[in-house]
Amino acid sequence: MRTINAIFKREFFGYFRSPVAYVFLIVFLIASVGLTWFVGQFFAANDASLNRFFLFMPWVFLFLIPAVGMRLWAEEKRLGTWELLLTLPVTTVEAVLGKFLAGWAFITLAILLTLTMPITVAYLGNPDWGPIFSGYIGTILMAGAFLSICSLTSALTKNQVISFILSVIICLILVFLGWSVFNNLLTSIHIPVWIIDALSNFSFITHFDPMTKGLITIADLIFYLSLIGFSLLLNVLVLERSF
Amino acid sequence: MIEAKNLVKDYGSIRAVDNISFQVNKGDILGFLGPNGAGKSTTMKMLTGFLPSTSGTIRIGNKDINEDPLAAKRLFGYLPENGPLYQEMTVLEILDFIAEMRAAYLLTEKSEKIERVIEICQLKEVCNQSIETLSKGFHQRVSFASAILHDPPCLIMDEPTDGLDPNQKKQVRNLIASMAEEKAIILSTHILEEVESICNRVIIIDKGKILVDESPEEMRQRHPHYNAVEIKLRSKDTAQIKKMIQSLPEVKEIRTNSDVMLVIPKEGKNIINIVFDTALKNNWPLASIEKAPIHMDEIFWNLTQN
Repeated sequence: MRTINAIFKREFFGYFRSPVAYVFLIVFLIASVGLTWFVGQFFAANDASLNRFFLFMPWVFLFLIPAVGMRLWAEEKRLGTWELLLTLPVTTVEAVLGKFLAGWAFITLAILLTLTMPITVAYLGNPDWGPIFSGYIGTILMAGAFLSICSLTSALTKNQVISFILSVIICLILVFLGWSVFNNLLTSIHIPVWIIDALSNFSFITHFDPMTKGLITIADLIFYLSLIGFSLLLNVLVLERSF
Repeated sequence: MIEAKNLVKDYGSIRAVDNISFQVNKGDILGFLGPNGAGKSTTMKMLTGFLPSTSGTIRIGNKDINEDPLAAKRLFGYLPENGPLYQEMTVLEILDFIAEMRAAYLLTEKSEKIERVIEICQLKEVCNQSIETLSKGFHQRVSFASAILHDPPCLIMDEPTDGLDPNQKKQVRNLIASMAEEKAIILSTHILEEVESICNRVIIIDKGKILVDESPEEMRQRHPHYNAVEIKLRSKDTAQIKKMIQSLPEVKEIRTNSDVMLVIPKEGKNIINIVFDTALKNNWPLASIEKAPIHMDEIFWNLTQN
């Protein structure tokens, strides 16, 4: 537990030792808020909710979370520091958890900085706080799921670019499976509905949508947590090279 | 303290380390020698639990690295090849991180440990500098400091002086030698002078197999010129003197190379006194007489090329 804490601290503050953190925070805020305002027609919709804000989250995460996650292990492998880290008295599970939680905390910080959006909505109208609250919970959970996949792909290579592309591809598939446009396409080529439903069950969007509408179900929570657990387990196995 | 038994490592169909066993005790500085690609680093990585072995056992101070890795890892300090460090951290931040990972939580305990290694490795002037701005010598000393921060009974170092200039090499060697008495130390290297200057045991490994495991002195005895004597004369007329030397019962062979005579003894006996006495008695026109230098690299060459 204490080693997780030490790794967490090192990693979390590590983001701020380089310009990466600030660049990420700025790009994330501009992208998420900008998309809501200009593409999502936030003002024209005249709707005191954050639906249009949450709508773009999976797409913003698709590129920005791999950018945060690609360095998690790939950088350690490139510099050889994972040899230093893993020969300290720490288990691989603790090391993976410490680094993952630091990344997740950093992204959560970025997400919390968008709280200006609900403040704006509250200033302009009279929003229902339930869906906003559950939407933020969903956003943070989904970010964790994205990041766990990035942590895994990052452990597979010492090249950050490869790690980035791999994780974008995997996340893209997991987003697409539940995207209505993609599902409509599948329906139009006569794929049975039960197959489409089964596929969309693996999607981030399918399990994120209800939360933006105020619905937190056990099934959705389990989906995200088990996805995180599964990715991190594979991450540990990859690092231990025990197969 | 450090014990490896029947260690094997396969990478696919390639056997990188082939059934090696050795033991390092307190007070030993074991030089782990071998050509590049011989399996030195692989062995080091297995000893520290970084790389799982295909078969065999490793015990650090009676703790098995595979069965009880945490306990075993507390007992050694490891300096990986090239001393990897987090580039953007300062020296103090790195040492602080290592101290926390090594379970020094109390502020006083932590700062005590950090101050100790800063003192030993002379890092005071670069304390607040980030790693990426350090020279190679300081970089290596920071790595060294992080390896000995918890004052471990065992030290495992992979090419600790690689890439350093001669002065820095000397400093690092002095550091290692200064803590030899109360520790078991393994260091891998391909620099033979290093082995001669600080190690009291040598293992040569080639193609994953141990070729020799002995003291540097025993290794020197493998040289065909061990205890040979080099004689330089002031006159050109050497036939008479040669004959005299040849008649000594301890002498096996004489080789002449321009004005230097190389006298090779039988069974590596120490003959310099005998030759010198004979020279004095017979008033040879001596310019110099000395033991022939033993070049470890020649022994290494002979061992690893056959």
